[in-house]
Amino acid sequence: MKTGFFTPRTKMADMIAANHTLILVVPRFGIPLGFGEKSVQELCAQYGQDVGFFLLVCNLYTFSDYPVSLHENVDLSGLIPYLEASHRYYLNERLPHIVRHLTSIGDRAGQQYAAVLHKFIDDYRKEVTDHFDYEEREVFPCIQQLQKGKGSAAQIAATFLDSHSDLVESLSDLPQILYKYLPGNPMVEELSELVFSILQLSSDLEKHALLEEKVLMPYVTQLSAQASGQSVQSAGMVDERRSR
Amino acid sequence: MSGNLLIVEPSDIIREGLFSILDGEFNLLAPLRNANDLVLRLPVLQPDILLINPTLLPVPANMLLADLRQARPSMSIVGLVYQYIDPGILQSFTALLDIREPQNHVSQILRDSLAATPEASSEEENYELSDREREVLILVAQGCSSKEIADRLFISIHTVNTHRKNITRKTGIKSVAGLTVYATLHNLLP
Repeated sequence: MKTGFFTPRTKMADMIAANHTLILVVPRFGIPLGFGEKSVQELCAQYGQDVGFFLLVCNLYTFSDYPVSLHENVDLSGLIPYLEASHRYYLNERLPHIVRHLTSIGDRAGQQYAAVLHKFIDDYRKEVTDHFDYEEREVFPCIQQLQKGKGSAAQIAATFLDSHSDLVESLSDLPQILYKYLPGNPMVEELSELVFSILQLSSDLEKHALLEEKVLMPYVTQLSAQASGQSVQSAGMVDERRSR
Repeated sequence: MSGNLLIVEPSDIIREGLFSILDGEFNLLAPLRNANDLVLRLPVLQPDILLINPTLLPVPANMLLADLRQARPSMSIVGLVYQYIDPGILQSFTALLDIREPQNHVSQILRDSLAATPEASSEEENYELSDREREVLILVAQGCSSKEIADRLFISIHTVNTHRKNITRKTGIKSVAGLTVYATLHNLLP
């Protein structure tokens, strides 16, 4: 039955034409652009990615009503590498870009603006780095242990999802601070370009948070249930409780 | 006249009929033929009642209804029904207006629908922060929790949270970091 979601036979180019923001997502799977007319299935096979997981991410990022289900033919071993690749992209590419422009705008807007914008972005960068560090040092290794059937999910605080939504919230306040309260005329182009960059990063981070909420957390529940030999039914319950 | 009425209905005949029945009863806004960009239009049109044909709602319909309600909580959303519509969707409307209703019931149904929505503030929306809100904002920007603010200002946490909600509504800024920038740029911090 046709469901209107992307399938293994969808052409990669059609998928990106439908949702251009996926152009940021595809390379995080190690699939380079320049794929011609190839289908999702062909490209995933070529680059050693699980097509089920790849489609799960692309559908989740595109369709607000996509029903996530972690059934056995989705191989989630690519989940942590994907999340890590996303972290690298935010930390090494997007944030430095935003910091650079914000600094330049602050400097040009005058002393009283420069200090407060620098402080905002320094605090923000620290918040983001701490959060990603925590995930990579505590959460991901714990999950990798669980994947091998060892350890438990006890170290993973359920609260880490909340700090994720805080990250999105303070970033999404920034554009309106920029266009409402800064004297913008001398640098209207740089300002508007920066607003676009920030909005793009906010929506990317929102999808990232959604992936952790709808896929990572239920996956952890599933793994720890398997590790302790229980039934895996509770995985669905976590998903339901968290969805709004 | 009781409020701004926005009609969203594709049929010329139905729209004209409603206009002739409701003229003088409501302030009739220029009607729309489809639901495109409806959420974006609300701040401009400021309807108190939205009378909309449910078949114009994109799938999933409940999502748009929720967005509309969030964008304008005081607005009642009335479904203009003349055929079979999924009961799950009909349930999400504030009220329903069946096209077979007799003429003299129509405006009463619309007026009654307003009773089911939260009271709109009758005064013109004021975006200036009050003195109390400014005090709360300064303490938020200095890193105080709602509990600490309540203790300092001798008010309840509930009141603090109401002030915080109003600050966010007036400034559009949600996060503590953003409010700190706002307070600094407005020279509110000592």
